[in-house]
Amino acid sequence: MKQAISVNVNGVDHRHEVEPRLLLVHYLRDVLALTGTHVGCETSICGACTVLIDGQAVKSCTMFAVQADGANITTIEGLAANGNLHPMQEGFWEKHGLQCGYCTPGMIITATQIVDRNPSPSREEIRHGLEGNLCRCTGYQHIVEAVEYAAKKAAKA
Amino acid sequence: MAKYVGQRIKRTEDPRLIKGLAHYVDDIRLPDTLHVAFVRSIYAHARISGIDATDALKAPGVVAVYTGKDIATAVGTVPCAAALPDLKVPEYRVLATGKALFVGHPIAAVVATDRYAAVDAAALISVDYEELPVVVDVEQAANGGDLVHESFGDNIAYKLTSGEGDIDAAMKSADKIVTQKMIHQRLAPIAMEPRGVLARYFPGEEELTLWSSTQIPHLMRTQVALMIGIAENKLRVITPEVGGGFGSKLNVYAEEALLGWISIQLGKPVKWIETRRENVQATIHGRAQVGTVEVGCKNDGTITGLRYNVFADLGAYHQLLTPAIPTLTGLMLSGAYRIPAIQMNVTGVFTNKMSTDAYRGAGRPEATYVVERAMDIVAAELKMDPVEVRRKNFPAASEFPFHTATGLDYDSGDYEGALAKALDISGYQNLRAEQERGRAAGKLIGIGMSSYVEICALGPSQAMPAGGWESATVRIEPTGKVTVMTGASPHGQGQETSFAQIAADELGVDLNDVTVIHGDTGIVQYGIGTFGSRATAVGGTAVLIAIQKLKEKAGKIAAHILQCETSGLCFEAGRYSRQDAAAAATGVSEPVVPVGEAPAGALPDPDTEGRKTLTIQEIALIAHIAKELPPDTEPGLSATYFFEPKNFTFPFGTHICVVEIDKETGETKFLRYVAVDDCGKVINPLLVDGQIHGGIVQSIGQALYEEVVYDEQGQLITGELMDYAIPRASQLPWFELDRTETPSPVNPLGVKGVGEAGTIGATPAIVNAIVDALSPYGVKHLDMPIRPENIWKILSQH
Repeated sequence: MKQAISVNVNGVDHRHEVEPRLLLVHYLRDVLALTGTHVGCETSICGACTVLIDGQAVKSCTMFAVQADGANITTIEGLAANGNLHPMQEGFWEKHGLQCGYCTPGMIITATQIVDRNPSPSREEIRHGLEGNLCRCTGYQHIVEAVEYAAKKAAKA
Repeated sequence: MAKYVGQRIKRTEDPRLIKGLAHYVDDIRLPDTLHVAFVRSIYAHARISGIDATDALKAPGVVAVYTGKDIATAVGTVPCAAALPDLKVPEYRVLATGKALFVGHPIAAVVATDRYAAVDAAALISVDYEELPVVVDVEQAANGGDLVHESFGDNIAYKLTSGEGDIDAAMKSADKIVTQKMIHQRLAPIAMEPRGVLARYFPGEEELTLWSSTQIPHLMRTQVALMIGIAENKLRVITPEVGGGFGSKLNVYAEEALLGWISIQLGKPVKWIETRRENVQATIHGRAQVGTVEVGCKNDGTITGLRYNVFADLGAYHQLLTPAIPTLTGLMLSGAYRIPAIQMNVTGVFTNKMSTDAYRGAGRPEATYVVERAMDIVAAELKMDPVEVRRKNFPAASEFPFHTATGLDYDSGDYEGALAKALDISGYQNLRAEQERGRAAGKLIGIGMSSYVEICALGPSQAMPAGGWESATVRIEPTGKVTVMTGASPHGQGQETSFAQIAADELGVDLNDVTVIHGDTGIVQYGIGTFGSRATAVGGTAVLIAIQKLKEKAGKIAAHILQCETSGLCFEAGRYSRQDAAAAATGVSEPVVPVGEAPAGALPDPDTEGRKTLTIQEIALIAHIAKELPPDTEPGLSATYFFEPKNFTFPFGTHICVVEIDKETGETKFLRYVAVDDCGKVINPLLVDGQIHGGIVQSIGQALYEEVVYDEQGQLITGELMDYAIPRASQLPWFELDRTETPSPVNPLGVKGVGEAGTIGATPAIVNAIVDALSPYGVKHLDMPIRPENIWKILSQH
């Protein structure tokens, strides 16, 4: 039995009838065609599927779409405003915080939450905040620098 | 000075990736796509006595079910390109027929209208298994264990002896011989994007397109065409964005051929996206060697000889390069040292596990680990400083090209230079003093080092299974835009940027005018691919020489229009001038047609009247309009070059690592990590740093956390990222990087390659540091991964 859900994703309202077992990440990717959110492990370990749900970073591979009914969701596609990169996106570009790019959307989303909660995080705090997101390419050091860059930029703004 | 080469240029590929707008295989959506799910063996060794798909075929959305019997010989076997004397090659069918030989061995493919329906139906297929005896341990398998392949009579796939010099005499001449058994545990590459294939067949055109997450689009096209019996030029392989490879996608897998074949059968697009569990079960593993090293040395630390007897755990079947990987270990056993006699005796062994193959470093990390651990063991035995033992055996910078007893000629090197710099940055003498003070205060501090050499830029074709060259086509379009097509297939390394840097400098154009195209066999000339730290050294050189060829032609056109001899031209900043016109060339060349300003006609008229200088981008327009070309000149402006390197390259460096062991928990904490690497000339320091960071972290993963574990029944215990532990941000030190720069004479760019350096150089430095920290407890060696519990057990005994 399909269930009706309404969600707001990146500022756009959507209503769909979905299977109760449809994972949120598949709803975003297959129904809404927002393929920037990736699946890397299906077990909420790697964080490639991280999105913001009502402002909280959540792993969308282990949440059903029906559980997001009524929620405001931000995916990587919704981060840039009016064509301007989010400071975190800019930081990842400036500091070479990505290589293959697969973990990057989830990594950027999580990183925005780190800075939201703590506007001037130490390197140790950044690393702690990134524990739920795995990257196999960068060794994380440039990612830490990217988050520092974004935090400094946001502090100036 | 070059405008772009050598600069920290941020990547041109990043905007699409950071916006979430890039396309990996699963992001490509074609109408009417069917989805495939696999039934895989739950046993490590079993006879398949029956497969009942009745219920699955009745399930909603199911279109077809294929088993090994249905496919029989319609699809050829999974290819192995490694050729070794008397190598046993088992028949590796794309779906198991008769027997399953490892957990994850594909048995049936279910095709349905969506992913969920396919997975549901796969669960409805019942397979009758008769369990058979399992062999998991490599030494047991080699020494009369149960058989993986009955028809072979034993589990020995091959035996090989390599090396030069009189090893027996070398050992006899030694004052001391140290011996150590070492285990290089099985690792899973874990690219963050698992594998995936989308296949689309057009029955009318008889054309098949495969989108696959691979490092080798052209080689895969050739192999898959042969496997499924389609003309190679009717098969197009596209690698869209590839989410990491690390060697795991340097292969041709059963699923790639099978998806192509299924699409031909059904006439519709079919997609399969690997789950992480499938990825750990059925994507190649790496390392998995168990060996014993013997090193002969003089009392002053001079190494007289090195012998390595090793069992290589190959798994149940050969993937593309499985048996060849341990031979790379044999090549690198001289490390950074002069060792007069070296011998490796390798036994390749079948076990009931997934195949091993090239994982970042591919055989070289094993060699470096053996040599660099051995140097520390020798130092401990002789009570020498590990630095001094290394120095004692380095060839001098003046001795290059340096011939090793493994049969290689190292291109260039200054091992002392890199070592000295690393010692300086780390403050080695102070570190030793701090260690002493720490020990007096009851702290367990360890200092470890590794002076590594690796073999890169694979490689001369003579040394490769199927071509070691790389190709490039460079074309300047009529509007002045530069298109670079490379046969390399970058998947995160950033060659869209670094190749554009090379092209922009060589052509004197703006970086933004260059577009690098790769990973599409329908567009790009045949290429070999990206692996073995080869893309820049071999593929980048192909780009450079293709541009030089293109400029030869552009120069002739310029001379014709400027009315002089080509010898009377000079080329600077993208501009040809007559030497006698003394044109002041500044900046870079501009495109002929600025973006957004369409000319009235099809193309603007080249303005050639009375010109003293012409930009190369104007010449491209002239070459396409083709009204003012010198006689007998082919229109257009493009050149293709296939670069064949004459040798490998040999990057090197020294890593120094300082750890402290927590006495209560046995946990290893990094205090410092200094890496001085020499990868020859550097095109983009930002990208090189990124490669080193990532490589070191994979080394830390091997040293401390990672291990593919199969139990005695051959069940995979570490089948998810919950159990297979890759490093997290919070577990790592801040890396202090520096470089020395010794150009390679092997290619005109002078580059050596850097993709695997961190993975090759770092592991022994970490283990050496931990062993050093625990040396007061009499510890001489520990096998990886060195988890807190291993250390805690040692500490708790004292």
